[in-house]
Amino acid sequence: MKRTPLYQAHIDAEGKMVDFGGWEMPLNYGSQIEEHHQVRTDAGMFDVSHMTVVDIKGADAKVFLQTLIANDVDKLKTKGRALYSCMLNETGGVVDDLIVYYLDDKDYRMVINAGTTEKDIAWINEQAAVFSVSVKPQFDLAMIAVQGPNAREKVFAAMPGVEEVAGELNPFNAVGLGGLFIARTGYTGEDGFEIMLPEKSAEFTWKMLLEADVKPCGLGARDTLRLEAGMSLYGSEMNDEVSPLEAALTWTVDLTNEERRFVGRDALEALKAEGTEKTIVGLVLEGKGVIRDHQKVVTSLGEGEVTSGTFSPSMGKAIALASVPKDAEGLCEIEMRNKLVSAKIVKPPFVRNGKVLV
Amino acid sequence: MSEVRDDRQYTETHEWILDNGDGTYTMGVTDHAQELLGDMVFVELPSEGDEASHEDEFCVVESVKAASGVYAPVDLEVIAVNEALDAEPELVNSSCYDDGWLVKFTAEAIDDLMSAEDYADTLD
Repeated sequence: MKRTPLYQAHIDAEGKMVDFGGWEMPLNYGSQIEEHHQVRTDAGMFDVSHMTVVDIKGADAKVFLQTLIANDVDKLKTKGRALYSCMLNETGGVVDDLIVYYLDDKDYRMVINAGTTEKDIAWINEQAAVFSVSVKPQFDLAMIAVQGPNAREKVFAAMPGVEEVAGELNPFNAVGLGGLFIARTGYTGEDGFEIMLPEKSAEFTWKMLLEADVKPCGLGARDTLRLEAGMSLYGSEMNDEVSPLEAALTWTVDLTNEERRFVGRDALEALKAEGTEKTIVGLVLEGKGVIRDHQKVVTSLGEGEVTSGTFSPSMGKAIALASVPKDAEGLCEIEMRNKLVSAKIVKPPFVRNGKVLV
Repeated sequence: MSEVRDDRQYTETHEWILDNGDGTYTMGVTDHAQELLGDMVFVELPSEGDEASHEDEFCVVESVKAASGVYAPVDLEVIAVNEALDAEPELVNSSCYDDGWLVKFTAEAIDDLMSAEDYADTLD
């Protein structure tokens, strides 16, 4: 199994290591619920070094990205500005979801998922063939996400010099500092940073953050936090066969510029004209139990399926994202352990910035 | 390393059974089971007076990670359930052999369970 540069740090912190798509990663360091609350109320850090940074540079970088992804990088006008997008195949299915950072018209940085890295790189290279661009995965970068209401303050305390360059950074913006790339982004619904750094600096930085009282948090808490924040997970809410229009990600697809014929656009326009049949909604269980992935959902408009189910530590109830017939609302039933249990259909997010919203 | 206590017996499905010496038994899940399951969020218990047959699933412990059935080690009648678990299911994590017990029951003599030593061997 592959290991990140922080593997030893996880072992030292008694991380419970699991196989996560071929990577040996910490599920938790004791209690994933405590880690969850730590991020909602203070600050926690995640090793996300398994994710892949890809630098796209060259004279055609901008037009290439305008073709490669469904959101439009033309929106990015200031250095360091970030954009969330799906990268589609010809049939409008999602190859991956990603964040792209703008440095200048000839220089962009993308962060893609770990599990899809090989497929993505092959796909990106294939699309890049007719453009004057270089596609360079940065496999020697580590990434630490520090998240929570006190995350920024604690990063400034732990890492000298960061406050000077990132103190005024707005959400969804990034800045470089030597070998560091600091982005005010995340996957938890809380404020914080995602810090990309050379792998040889990772362990030292992790220790500095520990000393500043940032608690390590595992993939278990990462999943409950992102689910409460209503954020999609590649492979669960969308995949190669599901389009963003069917995954409540229409807001990430930019069809404004008719000239911009990005990969998958024709398929999306056809789907849009014909009308989509399903979408992703939130579910809150009314009774006891925990909603699990792939459970059947019965709505007044037909059946659907849970795409991500869990127990929400912030709400003390089970919640889920589910693919259901479009326009389904009100109450539904979930088939759980051979029983039908009532749940409420809601619009995600469930929790943002420490507050329950549903 | 999971804790295994010498004063009680064990099942292959990671439950412990303590003989109270008066024809009643107390039952819970082992340290190994709670570690595997992770943070408990719900415990579904039977009612006092319920009867269960050998190998019936008569309780469910549910963690953030998975729901897991708890099986009757013999034909039994439930005489008490741990109501504290309703508000504090995490007692199963923090005190699986004491405050995190699940049920007390009466039964005829119990055979076919593992000793602490045998159970510990299965965990290696």
